[in-house]
Amino acid sequence: MAAFILSRILQAIPVMLVVALFSFAMFAYVGDPVAIMLGQDFTEAQRVQLVHDLGLDQPFFVQFATFVGHALQGDFGLSYRLSRPVAELIAERAPATLELAFCAALVALLVGVPMGVYTGLYRNSWLSRAFLTFSLIGVSLPTFLIGILLILVFSVWLGWLPSFGRGDVVQLGWWSTGLLTLSGLKALILPSITLGMFQLTLIMRLVRAEMLEVLRTDYIKFARARGLSNRAINFGHALKNTLVPVITIAGLQLGGIIAFAIVTETVFQWPGMGLLFIQSVGAADIPVMAAYLLLIALVFVTINLVVDLLYYLVDPRLRIGRGAAGGH
Amino acid sequence: MPAAAPITGPVLSVRDLRVQFPTRRGVLTALDGVSFDIAPGEVLGVVGESGAGKSMTGAAIIGLLEPPGRIAGGEIRLQGERIDTLPQDRLRRIRGRQIGAIFQDPLTTLNPLYTVGRQLIETMQAHLGLSDREARQRAIGWLEMVGIPAAAQRVDSYPHEFSGGMRQRVVISLALCAEPILVVADEPTTALDVSIQAQIIALLKRLAREKGTAMMLVTHDMGVIAETADRVAVMYAGRVAEIGPVRAVVKAPKHPYSAGLMASIPPLDRKVAHLSGIEGAMPRLSAIPPGCAFNPRCPHVFDRCRHERPELIETGSTRAACWLYDPASEKQAPELLRHG
Repeated sequence: MAAFILSRILQAIPVMLVVALFSFAMFAYVGDPVAIMLGQDFTEAQRVQLVHDLGLDQPFFVQFATFVGHALQGDFGLSYRLSRPVAELIAERAPATLELAFCAALVALLVGVPMGVYTGLYRNSWLSRAFLTFSLIGVSLPTFLIGILLILVFSVWLGWLPSFGRGDVVQLGWWSTGLLTLSGLKALILPSITLGMFQLTLIMRLVRAEMLEVLRTDYIKFARARGLSNRAINFGHALKNTLVPVITIAGLQLGGIIAFAIVTETVFQWPGMGLLFIQSVGAADIPVMAAYLLLIALVFVTINLVVDLLYYLVDPRLRIGRGAAGGH
Repeated sequence: MPAAAPITGPVLSVRDLRVQFPTRRGVLTALDGVSFDIAPGEVLGVVGESGAGKSMTGAAIIGLLEPPGRIAGGEIRLQGERIDTLPQDRLRRIRGRQIGAIFQDPLTTLNPLYTVGRQLIETMQAHLGLSDREARQRAIGWLEMVGIPAAAQRVDSYPHEFSGGMRQRVVISLALCAEPILVVADEPTTALDVSIQAQIIALLKRLAREKGTAMMLVTHDMGVIAETADRVAVMYAGRVAEIGPVRAVVKAPKHPYSAGLMASIPPLDRKVAHLSGIEGAMPRLSAIPPGCAFNPRCPHVFDRCRHERPELIETGSTRAACWLYDPASEKQAPELLRHG
């Protein structure tokens, strides 16, 4: 087990290095930091001095190594736009995005899995058909449109929920949370639904397809022949066997939720990393963009590792060596 | 036999069972007028070609026909009590508790994500109301009984940690753990190595005898039948062609189809130049001929076979659904079939 985790971490290192290379390349090819920092009037001596101070006269690999070294210590330099350390900016914004992503994933799982089980078990009921139609809408409507429609209905027409922002937040050390105040929770509802909608419908369809597959298997038939209750068969034997693919997709989707919260955050003016990123793109604030890119890569790599570990928990066949005698 | 004699009467009594599948092109009748009894402790072998309705008869008895298949007629009685009309919830309590089932492929019959112990425990607890501790003790006992070495450790193993033969032993323990009065074994050895088959059959035979469990053994392997069964039912195109004591049916089959089936088993004691089979193929369910379903392939066919469907007719120690044995028929069975 420890060897497995170690090997996965070793595999992650080249991935992170490649991503680091891309973010580093942005400094060289997206705009010229020297030109940005010098402004309109400067002398050649000032320019050479600045190039030297920034280490831009060093060979490429030395510069890259310096970048990686600083990044490892959480140092991504100063934001061009806000003139504050990038790490500080991101630490400030991360709680908002992570809370939003967590709630969205929760909505997607808690609603998507039961709906998937239901539509798998009662294929032909009218409710299943209604769920499937609904899921088609969820998959095909773009996120920003869902967000705008929700704002229109629940904020503008009904006036129940706020249309933007996080509401009141409570500071827990460096972490600011909106989960502890009523207005914070209310502010979370619409963005969570908007962000989780696509994942919800995806998970529902996946669980449904897997349930249909599993319910046809011999071991489910045999479980029925053993006289087990429907509850034990459907929610124990069947659902557990659908979990491996569901965990894979749900895990990758969680990465997606964090990375692509950008649109939802923009629609709801949510003060998270996505909004920070969009604003940085507008201002060509390369240090922030580079740090964001690296952070998202780290999130994906971490989630992949967790997903692999969850497989081990769910499926005993993976626990002893790969390719052990399997039934399939 | 009086119906109100559950102790002396048959364990299972199937009467005129008819199973149909509604399809877009009309209703297919997969089982048509199947009748047989199984006495307490008796092993009834059911043989026939693929698609003859052997497995479907078993599925109908345990109430697990694949939809849209349904029982369209006849009745199934377990110890005199009618079970084919029971609601699903009542039937569930009978499955596993009174009727155990063994399936063909042990590699796919066990849930891969649960230990064999857990599967045994949940089955016993569903029917016998045992405490966790007691159920676990019994689970280990059952694994020992079906011949799994180091059962106390293996009880916490997952199915994939067992070989095919060992898994079938686990399946057998699962079928028997709530001590049913009848076991429906659907091709229990077909998916196994030949060397393992004999062990599994011996195990089934021994356990059925020890526990006094009656068994319906579905197979297409005449060797298994000859070795295990007390009586045998030969099925053809969803009907029973012949039923009788295994010795009589194997040595002196009366129905021309059973005769053809027995003749197609290669003898081991002498060389044969040409292996005999039965000409033609079993009809599709949508095209079963009128009269006797076997008539287009029958070497002894005569006019009556093409119009009238024969019922089972007593002949010697067996009963055959064949007009050759009706004294009123214009053609009588040839010497060869009469004496085998």
